Amino acid sequence: MARLEESTADGRTLMRQTPASAEAQIANATLARKMRRRGEESRFWWLVPTIYIIFLMLPIYWLVNMSFKTNQEILGAFSLWPRNPTIANYMVIFTDPSWYKGYINSIIYVVMNTVISVAVALPAAYAFSRYRFLGDKHLFFWLLTNRMAPPAVFALPFFQLYSAFGLIDTHIAVALAHCLFNVPLAVWILEGFMSGVPKEIDETAYIDGYSFPRFFLRIFMPLIASGVGVACFFCFMFSWVELLIARTLTTTAAKPIAAIMTRTVSASGLDWGVLAAAGVLTILPGALVIWFVRNYIAKGFALGRV
Amino acid sequence: MERTWNNKAWFMVLPVLLLVAFSAIIPLMTVVNYSVQDTFGNNVFFWAGSEWFEEILHSDRFWEAMARNLAFSAIILIIEIPLGIFIALNMPKKGWGVPVCLVLMALPLLIPWNVVGTIWQVFGRVDIGLLGYTLRALGFNYNYVNDPFDAWITVIVMDVWHWTSLVVLLCYAGLVSIPDAYYQAAKIDGASRWAIFRYIQLPKMNRVLLIAVLLRFMDSFMIYTEPFVVTGGGPGNTTTFLSIDLVKLAIGEFNLGEAAAMSIVYFLIIMLLSWVFYTVMTAYDAEQ
Repeated sequence: MARLEESTADGRTLMRQTPASAEAQIANATLARKMRRRGEESRFWWLVPTIYIIFLMLPIYWLVNMSFKTNQEILGAFSLWPRNPTIANYMVIFTDPSWYKGYINSIIYVVMNTVISVAVALPAAYAFSRYRFLGDKHLFFWLLTNRMAPPAVFALPFFQLYSAFGLIDTHIAVALAHCLFNVPLAVWILEGFMSGVPKEIDETAYIDGYSFPRFFLRIFMPLIASGVGVACFFCFMFSWVELLIARTLTTTAAKPIAAIMTRTVSASGLDWGVLAAAGVLTILPGALVIWFVRNYIAKGFALGRV
Repeated sequence: MERTWNNKAWFMVLPVLLLVAFSAIIPLMTVVNYSVQDTFGNNVFFWAGSEWFEEILHSDRFWEAMARNLAFSAIILIIEIPLGIFIALNMPKKGWGVPVCLVLMALPLLIPWNVVGTIWQVFGRVDIGLLGYTLRALGFNYNYVNDPFDAWITVIVMDVWHWTSLVVLLCYAGLVSIPDAYYQAAKIDGASRWAIFRYIQLPKMNRVLLIAVLLRFMDSFMIYTEPFVVTGGGPGNTTTFLSIDLVKLAIGEFNLGEAAAMSIVYFLIIMLLSWVFYTVMTAYDAEQ
């Protein structure tokens, strides 16, 4: 609607200018020159993004490059690409349980966390977007403070809390701990999407005799499906990238891949090839699903506020 | 949107409340507990009052970590925000370039934080890393392990690499929401490139820039994993930021009282900043 008004306003400006004579023609000529010049400028639009993307990709390329080299080649000769490409480093990870179990552990607690976070966040986000209630603003703010809370503050108390419940080194402990920042994130993102759905839809559904659960599942959920997808993605991502809490709460049975990586660097010396291969494999999940959320990624990182 | 008053909505919020309370309030109570007590071991605690708080507020170590962290946050904001705006302005507006740019630029945001550290640790090494090797070959005496200045540069470049895309994505989201008519009007008025930026693009990006600045400040203020992996807080203490110092204190030295007091001071600062974030955000929402 805003767009329509803008263009009519613009149309008026145009009409005002056309009747004028010589002066307008000169103005038009300079305008045309300006537009041409701008057109030339925009021919190099790709320069800045390309340089930036190269800057982003170089360190990642270096990791990928290393993952296909043997340790002798990494340490012996400096080369920009692997001379004798090998997949031995990846084979180490796929055949050694202490490595690949790390991935399984990570995926288990990340999925658990995503399901819990989005499931509890859905009704809460609906409440925040549709109703006013006692203390709603304070509650919304309190959720935000938890998203902003430094994990370092929580590492030790979490360890003691989950020890008390005997949950140390279980997947559910990490999944619950990550709810600290993922539930607020999911609530904020979903609230952003739900506020975009007009309230008339709810009211019409109630008049049509839908009960709340049926309305929510049959009508409302399909309308915010993309929002749910985005919330899932961001819960998955922030649980996947977090290390401090996950490492504190696990010892062996549920240890995430990221923690196994750090241990290998310090303990077994410098198996750079395997380290690089493990790193590449942790980047892949994000790289695979990012395509599906590309249009919403700003919204997700901005807590649903764009 | 007009929202109706309904206190039953509390039931819908209840699961979230319980879950987050379990992960936030109980641990925070433990921290409060430790911050006012002292122990000689054997789980025997006695009241210490505000001793730990006085100690932390008078300790040079805390204020030095704070100063380092503030300096770090300031530097990365000064670099990342203008750089992010600049790149967003030069992003393609339509065509195949858009999804390609979005996906490639977002990639560093989705890498586990310790892998980000590992990538830069390897990348900067003078023997096997592309960056370190090249700098050495060019004659620079670069060594992030021993030289505080190089360590800082590495950590800052790493953060720019990691998070500038967030600023780019947010600014881009603000830019594409500007209707074409605005640009057409500007062209007719013969507005300069700078005028278009100053009077059309910047006002439209205000809101997203606000989010970007606050998010970047908060996240850099609690940065832990990336510098920890690359420098381990060193050389010496030169890259020991607040979170790294706190973990050292709590888990490394097991100095629970002081760590707890520091946690609370740290958390109160974060609370205050979140409050600023929230009030500014809601004020902005109310305006629109």
